[in-house]
Amino acid sequence: MPKTYAEINEKIKAGKAVVVTAEEMIGVVEDDGAAKAAERVDVVTTGTFGPMCSSGAMLNTGHTNPRMKYAKVWLNEVPAYTGLAAVDVYIGATELPENDPANRDHPGLFLYGGAHVIQDLIAGKDVRMTATAYGTDCYPRRKLDTWINIKDLNQAYLLNPRNAYQNYGVAVNLSKERDIYTYMGVLQADLGSASYCSAGQLSPLLNDPYYRTIGIGTRIYLGGGTGYVCFQGTQHNPTEARSENGVPMSGAGTIAVVGDMKQMRPDMIVGVSMYGYGVSMTVGLGIPIPILDEDMARYTAVKDEDIVAPILDYSRNYPHNEGGPLGHVSYAQLKSGEIEVQGRKVPTAPLSSYVKARAIAEELQEWIRSGEFLLSQPAELLPSADSGQTFTRLPERPYNNGGVT
Amino acid sequence: MHFPQQLIDEPIISGLVRTYDLGFNILRASITPQQEGLMVIVLDGTEENLTAALKNAQQKGVRIEPLEKEVVRNESKCTECGACITICPTKALTIDAETRHVSFDPDKCIACELCVPVCPPRAMEIAF
Repeated sequence: MPKTYAEINEKIKAGKAVVVTAEEMIGVVEDDGAAKAAERVDVVTTGTFGPMCSSGAMLNTGHTNPRMKYAKVWLNEVPAYTGLAAVDVYIGATELPENDPANRDHPGLFLYGGAHVIQDLIAGKDVRMTATAYGTDCYPRRKLDTWINIKDLNQAYLLNPRNAYQNYGVAVNLSKERDIYTYMGVLQADLGSASYCSAGQLSPLLNDPYYRTIGIGTRIYLGGGTGYVCFQGTQHNPTEARSENGVPMSGAGTIAVVGDMKQMRPDMIVGVSMYGYGVSMTVGLGIPIPILDEDMARYTAVKDEDIVAPILDYSRNYPHNEGGPLGHVSYAQLKSGEIEVQGRKVPTAPLSSYVKARAIAEELQEWIRSGEFLLSQPAELLPSADSGQTFTRLPERPYNNGGVT
Repeated sequence: MHFPQQLIDEPIISGLVRTYDLGFNILRASITPQQEGLMVIVLDGTEENLTAALKNAQQKGVRIEPLEKEVVRNESKCTECGACITICPTKALTIDAETRHVSFDPDKCIACELCVPVCPPRAMEIAF
């Protein structure tokens, strides 16, 4: 018997909903089968905690006296975007201070950037805000240098265009000579290491591979508070090749999410420094999946053994769009600490914290069990495998023949 | 061990190892753009021989710097992602196959500091 969102929410309110984590669901379906599991379990909680560069914060600082239309803004010396209304500011996670040496002294350290500003705000720390403006009749003020604090901001919300990637490639380095510094971490020369970044069997979109329950309006766990899926994420690519179980074999679906920073915690939104690459933000994100029917029970019982990811060379193939994957490996193999690439054993390192992913799934489980977190039915589902939507490269049409005459 | 430019071509380590009957384990070796050599090495032998070997190396112009620094993990910053585990040459940083907890064993750490810049939340810190 299929269940509805309303029925599941009634059970949650009555404190009678059966809520298990995606890890626990594996055992439930193994023991009882998908049909029985679907009857017994109402919600499966998922979690992921990894660097998600495409993230940022929307802030409204409140008006100054006299009023000012910010033209340029720096938060702890990190530039923020102001091409919006007077005192609205968007700070991107990967933004660097203007005086950061970046990779001029390679590999750069990238000790502080937009993500760290966001983490500092969430931690309740004072952040220095500097602003300049050209001045207008309605907004005459031209300069500002002040401390701000999240508690005084009218709004502070994360607005992340691309989070929770459904699967991701495994990065290796085929260069014989040099270590390389990537957003996947430091990759040691000559297949010295392999890095991967997914919570695998706990990851939200891997537990609902066709986005049957995750869509616009889905209420989620974001950074320790509640948030929402607000749109498909950038680069959402539902037509990637899939395994027999429906799970994409490489990076596929993504979601755009939004959530109130005033509810968040600095252990769940963490500014990170990717050596020789730049700044990123590690985002704690969890999605509850309603077990509407037997198919959802089967999907949420997916295990690391049954999720595969492509192995990609980041020394040449990935940056230059050459060649295909060097093979595929399962997350069970990745988590064993060693994979085989081109007949050689390569040690693996994760970038995504499985410990924190599990903690998120468990925290969300508690929220739902306690009746304080209800499920929301999406207003619209995300484009799925049958949508025909793909992910294209930029068709470059050089302006003025690229300057060559 | 810091090797000045003029010593780069000399087989100093093999000489010491033979003469003083030492065991050795090279953890890191590099030559800087200014042609100076840097080697992080564990030497093993009798105290008498070790002292003599180090004195011999110093007389040849090798500068010796004992690794007295200590790398510590700032537990409040560590997210237990595991990005550090392949870079650590002594397996002081490991990830539990079952629980996925990342542990740091200070007894195995040789303070080479390779993990320090590699840690995304910068949880590995140098203490003096």
